Amino acid sequence: MNSKLRILYNGIVAENPTFVLMLGMCPTLGTTGSAINGMSMGLATMGVLICSNVVISLIKNLVPAKVRIPAYIVVIATFVSMLQLVMQAYVPALYATLGIFIPLIVVNCILLGRAESFASRNGVFDSLLDGIGIGLGFTLALTLLGACRELLGTGRIFDLQIYPEAYGSLVFVLAPGAFITLGLLIALINKLRKAA
Amino acid sequence: MKSTLLNMVLSLGIITIVAAGLLSWIYTITEQPIAEANLQAQIQAVSDVTPAFDNDPVAEQVAVTPEGEAQAVTVFPAMKDGALVGAAVESYTNNGFSGFIKVIYGFDTEGNVTGFAVMEHAETPGLGAKMDDWFRSPEGNRNVIGLNATGADLTVAKDGGKVDAITAATITSRAFLDALNRAARAYNQYKAQN
Repeated sequence: MNSKLRILYNGIVAENPTFVLMLGMCPTLGTTGSAINGMSMGLATMGVLICSNVVISLIKNLVPAKVRIPAYIVVIATFVSMLQLVMQAYVPALYATLGIFIPLIVVNCILLGRAESFASRNGVFDSLLDGIGIGLGFTLALTLLGACRELLGTGRIFDLQIYPEAYGSLVFVLAPGAFITLGLLIALINKLRKAA
Repeated sequence: MKSTLLNMVLSLGIITIVAAGLLSWIYTITEQPIAEANLQAQIQAVSDVTPAFDNDPVAEQVAVTPEGEAQAVTVFPAMKDGALVGAAVESYTNNGFSGFIKVIYGFDTEGNVTGFAVMEHAETPGLGAKMDDWFRSPEGNRNVIGLNATGADLTVAKDGGKVDAITAATITSRAFLDALNRAARAYNQYKAQN
């Protein structure tokens, strides 16, 4: 496989941040009460991840080793704050549902993890691809998890009624359901990966 | 790169200065649209909850501090042909399951609730977050629209009141009515002063 494609594949499948690396579990569990919330959170994280990966890869040779972590955190926090302001200004409806989770992107270990393990060791273009790959992997995982929980909890996917809400089990929309669903999905994906 | 005191201070200093500059730039760009979006949401909510009016309630808003409380709530008077037909009151409570809740309630001249709009909350999805639908549902004694809170405080059935609390979210329901009662007190006070 082409090395550039491999970086993308790596992020989406082989090193999927949620199902394989198990990074960033807090937003994963917290925001996936519905498919649309999961997807929005994934896309927001992807946006910040791409920007921070590119910038960190650009400044990697200018930052002394001992202060690299605070420097990376400042870069990530800056992009998150910018994203928050822009969302508040131009998509207030989305901000109303996701608002409290946006600042959590700063402490999402996926971002610092990719900065440390990839962007600070690779070129700008590869880091961009890594941001897109990992971001897509995270978005897909959150959307899948959100869709499962929404379906089991309320009988809907993306607000589209599949079966009557009365048959849904509310626990899947609440925190315990996040753990149960995530555990089952990880088991299923491990099984599929072993078979492949 | 080898770390020395000078290059650590310099590099971190430069990075934070650039970050601060970028942020203040974005802030100045988005300040206006954010204020507008908030104002739009407020105008929309006020006209949704009050009886028909022909003045500009948002421009004529008054801050009223309910007796015995420190924090003011905002009253948006709705006038038609110069006479008061009701008001929207932006009220709050700190007693939600996840703390702060902000709701705009509408009242007619008798103090009957004409509508409400939940503006801000962090209640549990699927439970407390249902309040925006629950308290206008016609089932049982859920509906608060049409009730009068200006005489005595409204309470949930569990506390001896007449409003059905949200199933499995009594705390949120109490908080919702707490904000409603605060709004009613402020509205009474506003009417007494004008």
